[in-house]
Amino acid sequence: MNQIKKLWIGLGIFAALCPLGLILPAHFKAGDAWGEWGPETIQKLAGYVPSGFAKLSELWKAPLPDYSFIGWEEKPLQLLGFSYIVSAVVGIAAVAVITYAIGKFLKRKENQGEL
Amino acid sequence: MHIPDGYLSPSTCAAFYGAMVPVWMTASYKVKQSLKARQVPYLAIGAAFSFVIMMFNIPIPGGSTGHAVGGSLVAILLGPWAACIAITVALVIQALLFGDGGITAIGANCFNMAFVLPFAGYFVYKLLSGKSTPGSKRRVFSAGIGAYAGICLAAAIAGLEFGIQPLLFHTASGQALYSPYGIKVAVTAMAGEHLILFGWVEAIVTALVINYLQKHDDVFTGEPS
Repeated sequence: MNQIKKLWIGLGIFAALCPLGLILPAHFKAGDAWGEWGPETIQKLAGYVPSGFAKLSELWKAPLPDYSFIGWEEKPLQLLGFSYIVSAVVGIAAVAVITYAIGKFLKRKENQGEL
Repeated sequence: MHIPDGYLSPSTCAAFYGAMVPVWMTASYKVKQSLKARQVPYLAIGAAFSFVIMMFNIPIPGGSTGHAVGGSLVAILLGPWAACIAITVALVIQALLFGDGGITAIGANCFNMAFVLPFAGYFVYKLLSGKSTPGSKRRVFSAGIGAYAGICLAAAIAGLEFGIQPLLFHTASGQALYSPYGIKVAVTAMAGEHLILFGWVEAIVTALVINYLQKHDDVFTGEPS
């Protein structure tokens, strides 16, 4: 099997295992990453919601917010694990396709030197 | 390390977009000079790997979470400028599709994770690996330490970006307008948790993958050529 195929299988394994990135933090009762809190948490931590933050924090509505489906915030962990895997597959595909296209566009012209 | 919208002032965000424009332009130019056709699929896989490894949130029990980035790994395998492009794509997709990192903060997040991180990691790797042969233990070790240095420096700089906000942007009564924590708290938190935990995860992931690829694939000589 060629190396590229093997690496793709490796990526597939990472996508399948990625719910660990949800389950472990939940199990160990870890909160958000530092500096990535929502307005409610920042209210609790700082005692107020900074006014500039309040204006900007809801600026963008992502189609798969927090690697899940819209409206799935309160779903049980098993379902979130499912949406997390779907997000991983969508993200891997999008990132790979775009990077591949950029790479194809930028790659060195072969007549400039050896392969 | 994905700074969301609202934590940095619009002027800070503009400054980092401004800083990244020449970096992205230079990256395009440099990659055009060096990227071989058969490396293109590896660049795509490297970007996708960085994307998915960032989904593996690692908990500090009862505290916060963090993750590896894989930026130094891509830099060591394909060169730091190629890594800059690959990680930029991953960060832009994370912001647009998944709301991970703010739209306004894409410049700052790319500065930290697609510029500082791979370049610092690559520089330390080069320094430590010296003239050792590809596939040697010294290269694997150097890759791990480089990756550790890269992510810790990037985290410290992200902390600095958070930390200058309340200093520069506050109301007359002293309430912060954006990120509320000062330099000391923000840099200590961001650098500290990466020095203690997440940096080691980045180091181990990088060393393991380098160890595997340098043995199994002649595309990677450790030189971007």
